[in-house]
Amino acid sequence: MRSVAPPSRSSLLMAPALAWLAALMVVPCALVLALAFFRRGIYGGIEYTFTLENFGLVFDPLYVGIFLNSARIAGTATLIAVVIGYAAAYAISAAPRRWQPMFLFFAVLPFWSNYLIRTYAWIVLLNREGLITQLLRWFGYTGEPPSMLYTEGAVIAGLVYNYLPFVILACYAPLSRLNPELAEASRDLGASAATTFRRIILPLTAPGIAAGAVFVFVLSIGNFVTPALLGGGRFQMIGNLVYDQFLTANDWPFGAALAMALIAIMLLVLMAQALAANRASGRTTQAGGDTDG
Amino acid sequence: MSEPRTLLAIDHVSKNFGRVTAVDDVSLDIRENEFFALLGPSGCGKTTLLRMLAGFETPNDGRILLDGSDIAKTPPNKRPVNLMFQSYALFPHMSVRANVSYGLEMERLPAAEIRSRVDAILATTELVPFADRKPEQLSGGQKQRVALARALVKRPRLLLLDEPLGALDKKLRGAMQLELKRLQHEVGITFVIVTHDQEESLVMADRMAVLKDGKLLQCDTPHATYEHPADRFVADFIGVMNFVPGKAAADGIVAANGARIAGNVSATLSPGAPVVASVRPERIRLFPSAETANRTTGTVEALAYHGLDLQLHVRTPLSPKPFLVRVTADAADRRPVSSGDQVELGWDAADVRIFEE
Repeated sequence: MRSVAPPSRSSLLMAPALAWLAALMVVPCALVLALAFFRRGIYGGIEYTFTLENFGLVFDPLYVGIFLNSARIAGTATLIAVVIGYAAAYAISAAPRRWQPMFLFFAVLPFWSNYLIRTYAWIVLLNREGLITQLLRWFGYTGEPPSMLYTEGAVIAGLVYNYLPFVILACYAPLSRLNPELAEASRDLGASAATTFRRIILPLTAPGIAAGAVFVFVLSIGNFVTPALLGGGRFQMIGNLVYDQFLTANDWPFGAALAMALIAIMLLVLMAQALAANRASGRTTQAGGDTDG
Repeated sequence: MSEPRTLLAIDHVSKNFGRVTAVDDVSLDIRENEFFALLGPSGCGKTTLLRMLAGFETPNDGRILLDGSDIAKTPPNKRPVNLMFQSYALFPHMSVRANVSYGLEMERLPAAEIRSRVDAILATTELVPFADRKPEQLSGGQKQRVALARALVKRPRLLLLDEPLGALDKKLRGAMQLELKRLQHEVGITFVIVTHDQEESLVMADRMAVLKDGKLLQCDTPHATYEHPADRFVADFIGVMNFVPGKAAADGIVAANGARIAGNVSATLSPGAPVVASVRPERIRLFPSAETANRTTGTVEALAYHGLDLQLHVRTPLSPKPFLVRVTADAADRRPVSSGDQVELGWDAADVRIFEE
C-alpha cells in the first residue's frame, strides 16, 4: 500500500521554485523599493535618511509627461501588434492543419536571435542610406532619402516587430480551438461573413487578444533598448529615464521611485486583465446557480 | 390525397475533393412536408450531400432546385434552408434565448416579433425554464432541442439535420425520434435527416435514400426498402437478412450443398450466375407444414429472448453463417426449443429475394 505524504512534506516540493522567486524577484524588488525612500548623496551615492521626496518628484509634470508619452507609444504599438498578430494568427489557424506548426515556427523564429541584434537590423533597414532607401532608388526614386530612423514611428515599428510573436501565439490558441461549425452555424442562420466575425469569432477569441495586448503593452512601456536605438534618445520613455537615473545622473533613489511607479502601472494593467478574464468566466458559472429549474 | 409537390430536386449532382468522388451523379426529389432520410455507412457521401444543400459545398456538377430555382451556388446565409449541426454548434457565449434569437436578428425583424417568435419556439421545444442558461449548463438532450429551436425559429423551407440523435444515449434517442416526428408534423416543415442508423430512418422517415460510395442505391419508403431492397448491399444494410449463396436457376437458386431454394429470379440473371437468395428472419417458420416451398433442417446454436419474440441462431447446411430466425414468444411456447435441438425451418418462395453476388 502506498501512502500520500502529509501536506507539510509535499509542500516542500515547492521550495526550489519559491526560493528562486524570492532570490530573483522579491528581494531585488524590495531593495529597489527601499532605495526609493532614501536621499541622493551630494556626489551621487545614497544618503540613508528617510524621505518621500523621490515619489513627489515622480508627479512633476515633466515626468508625468514622459509617463503619458510612454503609455501612448506602448498603446500604439499594442494596437498595431494586435491587428497584425490577430490577422496572422487567423491566417495560420485557417491553413491546413499539417502546415500550421511550420507557420507558427516561422512566426517565432526571430526569437532565436538576440533582441539587440534584431533591433540593429531595423537600423540597417531604416537608415538614410539603408535597405529601404536603396530599394526605393532601385525603383527609380531620386529625391532626398526619407528620414525614418530616430522617429517615433521607428520606435513603434521596433516594438511591434519584437513583440508580435507573443500576440500571434496568444491569439492562435483560442482561434485554433474554435469549432469551425460555429462560424458555419452563424452563416447558416443568415449572418454575413463580417457579422459572423464580429458576433461569434471575435468575442470567443477575445481572451487571447487581451492576453497578447497586455503582454505587448507591459513589455513596451518599460522598454529602454528600442527607444534608445531606434528613437535616438530623442523620444524618451520611462525605461530610458530609469536607465539614465541609475547610470548617468547617478540618482539611484529617484530612479528607484520611477521604477516603482512603472511596476505599479504594469501591475494595474495585469490586474485589470485578470479581473476582466475572471468576470468573463464568472458570468457563465454564476448564471448556472440561480436559473436551476 | 393530392399529388405531393416536389420541394427540392437534386439533379445529377456530383462532388469530388481532389481525386475522391464524394457524391457521384445523385438525383432525387424531396417532397413538400416530407420527413426524408439520407442513409448510408460513414463515407457514403450523405454528409457532403447535406452540406451542398446547406450551401457549405458547391457541387462540381448538377443542379439543386429549390421550388424550381437553382440554389447550387447561393451562399448559406442567402438560402431558406437551415442546418442542425451534428455538434449542435451552439454559440457558447450566448444564452439559450440569444442563440435562438440570432437567426431572426440577422433578418432584421422588429424586436417585438423576434421576442414573440422566440417565446413560441422555446415553448414548443420545452426550453422556457432554460432560456437564460448558457449551452455549457445544458444536458445533451437540452442542447439538441436548442439547436433544433434555433433552426426552426427561422421557418426554413427545408430543415437539414446532421445525425441529430448521434450524441444522445440509446434510451433518449428512442424518445427523441418520436419527438422529432411530432415536431415536424407540428411545424409543417420539410425535414431532411442524415443518419448512419438504419433503424432510425426506418422509424422516422417518410421516404429514405440509401447511399454507398457516393452513389444512390435506392430511394423509397422504409417499408418498400425493407421488403424490396434494390441490391444485396441494401438488403444487408437495412434490417437483418439471411443469405444463401448459390447459382441462379430457372425458378430459384441451387445452393452449394445442392439444395434448391425457390424464389423469383429476375430475367436479367443468366442461369448459373453466382447469386444469393435472401430471407428476413421473421419470415422463417419453425416446423413448417409439408407444402412450404423452402425447407431445411438445422441445429439450434443459441437462442435469446427479446420480450415479444425469440431469436434463434440455427446452423444449416445451406450457408456458412447460421440462420437468424425470429419467432413470436407465443409460437415458442407452443413448441419449446432449446440449444442443441434439431429443428426444421421453412419459408415461402414469395419471401425470397435473389440478388447478384
